[in-house]
Formats: sequence, C-alpha cells, structure tokens
Amino acid sequence: MSARPVDPKRDPIRPGPTDSVTITFEGREYVGVRGQSVAGVLLANDVLDWRTSSTRHEPRGLFCGIGVCFDCVVTVDGQRDVRACQRTARDGAQVERQHDELPRRVEGAGS
Amino acid sequence: MTDILVIGAGPAGLAAAAAARRRGATVRVIDSAERTGGQYWRHLPESRPAGREAVLHHQWNTYQSLRQALEFDPGCTIDTETQVWAVERRADGTLRVNLASGDVDGTRATESVVPDRLILATGAHDRALPVPGWTLPGVFTAGAAQAMAKGERIAVGDRVVVAGSGPFLFPVTASLGQAGARVVGVFEASRPSRMARHWLARPWELAGASHKVSELAGYVAHHVRGRVPYRTGYGVVEIHGTARVEAVTVARLDADWAPVLGTERRIDCDAVCLGHGFTPRLELAVAAGCELTDERFVRVDGEQRTSVDGVFAAGEITAIGGVDLALAEGEIAGWVAAGGSTADAPVRSARRARDRFTRFAERIATAHRIGASWSSWLQDDTIVCRCEEVDAGTLNRVAESTASVGLRSLKLTTRAGLGLCQGRICGRTVEQLLAGASGCTAFADGTTTDRRPIAAPLRIGDLARAPQSTETSPHQIP
Repeated sequence: MSARPVDPKRDPIRPGPTDSVTITFEGREYVGVRGQSVAGVLLANDVLDWRTSSTRHEPRGLFCGIGVCFDCVVTVDGQRDVRACQRTARDGAQVERQHDELPRRVEGAGS
Repeated sequence: MTDILVIGAGPAGLAAAAAARRRGATVRVIDSAERTGGQYWRHLPESRPAGREAVLHHQWNTYQSLRQALEFDPGCTIDTETQVWAVERRADGTLRVNLASGDVDGTRATESVVPDRLILATGAHDRALPVPGWTLPGVFTAGAAQAMAKGERIAVGDRVVVAGSGPFLFPVTASLGQAGARVVGVFEASRPSRMARHWLARPWELAGASHKVSELAGYVAHHVRGRVPYRTGYGVVEIHGTARVEAVTVARLDADWAPVLGTERRIDCDAVCLGHGFTPRLELAVAAGCELTDERFVRVDGEQRTSVDGVFAAGEITAIGGVDLALAEGEIAGWVAAGGSTADAPVRSARRARDRFTRFAERIATAHRIGASWSSWLQDDTIVCRCEEVDAGTLNRVAESTASVGLRSLKLTTRAGLGLCQGRICGRTVEQLLAGASGCTAFADGTTTDRRPIAAPLRIGDLARAPQSTETSPHQIP
C-alpha cells in the first residue's frame, strides 16, 4: 500500500466524524470520505492510474493536483474530460478510464 | 461606487478584496476552486471539520480573518467554482470578462461582466522539469503532494522522494510527514555554495523578514528531527518502474545542474514529488494586454497597476515571493483600485512589507535559478510535452532539421504544447529546448507559450447556450 489516507486516529489535526462516499471505477467500488475529489478517493485506495495516453498507451493519473495539467481526466457519469482532482466525488458516481484513440490515417490522403 | 472584480481567492486576491472594501468599493471575488484560500491555504471542506487544522498551515489566522471579513460583508460577493474562460479587449478600451460557473468540467453557466477595475491575482503553479520516467503514475508535482495532504488528508506514497529546487521543498516535505509518509530523501539541485552566497548575502536586508528565516530554520530542524536526508547539489535524473514508480536514480549535479558521471545512486520509493520553482499563471494578464517583464512576470508599478488602465496585478504573477509579498501586494492593489493611494496611512505597512519581501523574493530566485545544463539528464525518448507525448529527441530533430526559429511553426510541427493543458506544464521547457536546438535566444515570431486566448476549457454546448448580449456590472445578475 503506498498512496493512502491519513489514519484519523493518528492525525495531528484531530479530525471530527466524517461521512463516506462510494464511487465505481472499472467494475469495483471504492470508498472515500465525503468532500474528497474523485482523484482523492482513488488515491486513498492506492489506485494511481485512471487514464491511458493516446500515443504510447501508457498509464496516467494525478500529476499537478491543482487542475492545471489535465493529466487526470476521466469520464464521470458519462461526461468526458472531467479533471479528477477538481471534481468532488458524489456518492454512486460512475468513473470510467479515459483513453482517446488518435484518429486513424486515411489511406491515400495526405502524405 | 467603483465595481471591482478580483480574479483569484488566494492570499493576494483576498487581501485585495478586503482592502478595496475598506476603501469603499463594491467587490466581487471569483475563484475556480470550490473553496477560497488558493493553493497556499488549501484546506479541508466544511464537511470535514477538524479540531486543529491550523497545524497544517502558516498564517491560518490571517486567512480566517480575511475570510470572515469578506463572507459576511454585503458589499462583497465571493463566487467559487467560477472561472474566467476568456478576457476580451473592446474597442472602447474596456475589458469584457467571460465567466463560466458550476460543476468543474461539468455543464456550466456562462456570464460576461465589464468591471470598472480588474485585479488579477491568478497565482502560479509548480514547474516540474522533465526527467526520464516522469510520466509514470506515482510521480507528482510537489504542489500535488501538498494539495492532497492539506486538502484531502492523503499521503501520495509510503516511501517518497522529493526533488527539485527552492524553499517550497521544505513545506512539502513537512506536509508529507504530517500525512504519515516517509520522506526517504530531499534532493535540492542548487549547490550549497550558491545557496549560501545568495541566502546569506546582505543579512541586514533580512531583518524585517526574520520570521521567514526562522520558518525555514524550523523546517531544517524538522528535517533533522525526522532524520529526513536533505542533500544539496543533487537531483533525480531518472525515475524507474513499469506500471508505477518503483525507484529513482539520483546523481550529484554540477553548478549548471548537469549530472556528474559516476555519482548515480538508486533509491527505492513508491512516489516522487518534483518542484523546480513556479510558473506564473499569465494567460489572463496577456489576454488583457498587460506588459510582461523580461523575467516573464506581469509588470506593475509601485501601486500594483499594470500597463493596462484599470487593471491591477498582485501576488505570484508579479514575482514568486511567497505569502507575505502576496498579502502586501494584494492590499495595495485593492486599496489603489478602489481610489486610494500608496501614500495613505492605512497601506503604509503593506508598502514597507512589499519592499522588504520583494528583496527576499529576488534572493530566492537567484539562489535557486534553474541551471543551464539540466537538459543533459534527458534521453531521446523522454517525454517533454505530457499531453501530446512529444519527446526530447523529436523536439531536437525538428528544430535542427527545419532551421525554423518561429515558435508557432515549431509547435505546429512537433505538436508540443498543443494538448489539453495548452502548454501550461511544458511551455517554458519546450521554448528552452527548441531555442537551444535552433541556436536562437528569442523566437523570430516574437511569440511565447503564455498566450492562451481560451483560458479554460468550455463545452461547446455551454457556449451555444450562452446568451449573446448579457453584459452586466459584476454585481447584477443577468
């Protein structure tokens, strides 16, 4: 286990009670704390990648964490291109991996 | 009464709004995030109350008092989850600011406003230099690690390596520690001699900034207590792993940040946090027509006025200077935008603070300047533009073979900087690598990667629904 939530019992900020939130990603349910972003819930469960890049087909996930890099985009409840680090996770949200294929070269067109 | 629109609710924006209110203007503050505070005071949502959240922050009381003063003030409107997607210059010289609000990247409502005065406090984001392997899951910017720690109470890894340059590496390391991660090493690229020369020079100038020095000393003590190895003149030169980060190679760097052969060492880890300084978020200032400095920040005068009439700038977009400078600049910008002057007694201490912390900012910039030879740790297939997956070899080949010295044509040929982030992450790096390969110092077409006429993505449906003629003062609801 690498990425993980802070253990509330050992957290120096002395957190109060929280509610949980459950999202679905690639057929599995992941539980986080209400108020966390989609990226937060996934990271809390040690899920690090939720996008496949277009050219090299490599795994991507959170990078900048503040909505600048767009590396973390996912499809949420059917809506594409949602930055996982900026969207608050709603209970029952269906999160899907995003993989945008490059357009195929048309035979005989261009060079 | 003057209507002021403040863009950004971080330290500079909040200080600007509060000062403008004290001087009698009506103020609207917008921020793209769900909560105010900016990246500096990134905090937990109200649904997660905590007894001692202040332990994660510096100057938490300042934030609380700014927030309370503004939230309960009928002359101030704060709109979060609201973002500027374009700034247009109109024929009569006024600026139309186009806003989108609602669920981030969801279906959004649009609105256009024409404020009397505009205060830009858009801040900065981390700069991370490319390193072989830096696209692996588990590699984050230093800011991401901190955002996750402070805003979500998540540790991005168990064994974490922090690398880059600048004093920001200290609070990031502290945040990781408070989140229960083990920081197995902090690697500062600047060499101790350079840091000492610039940090310790002219000590009398530091007198007024002594709490900054003690803040830094506190972090150093934290490192010693927590036995976090802190190495200067070292950098992460390669990141290893297949599906996620498994290890890094660190090496000693020479004065120009070129790795010294034979000094490589492998360290196992499951997360890497990179931070090589910051890039100011300039697109709105550029769209408004504001002049930039040679160092590529927004040029402001002693009253925080930009070169465009009625437009002010404060905080990290004028220089990377930290929270004290941002607060002081914000206060002056807000006060002057509302009709005041820097000669007025209420902003005298802000003016003094600004001068003091400007010198502090210059010191940091010089001590941690990116070394000219950093790119020697790149490999041909190292991705530089993460969105379009353009590697260093491609950039070099295209620049050398086309002999083009126009940035626009080089970008179109390589596709570097044309992806979803619009060059926010790679822009300055791409410019530097292309210029290096073309052997030019400035591009012939005079362009930079700071220009982004569409400042935030907007769904075509939201745009289609947008009423065409709703132009309001910042306070009227269309």
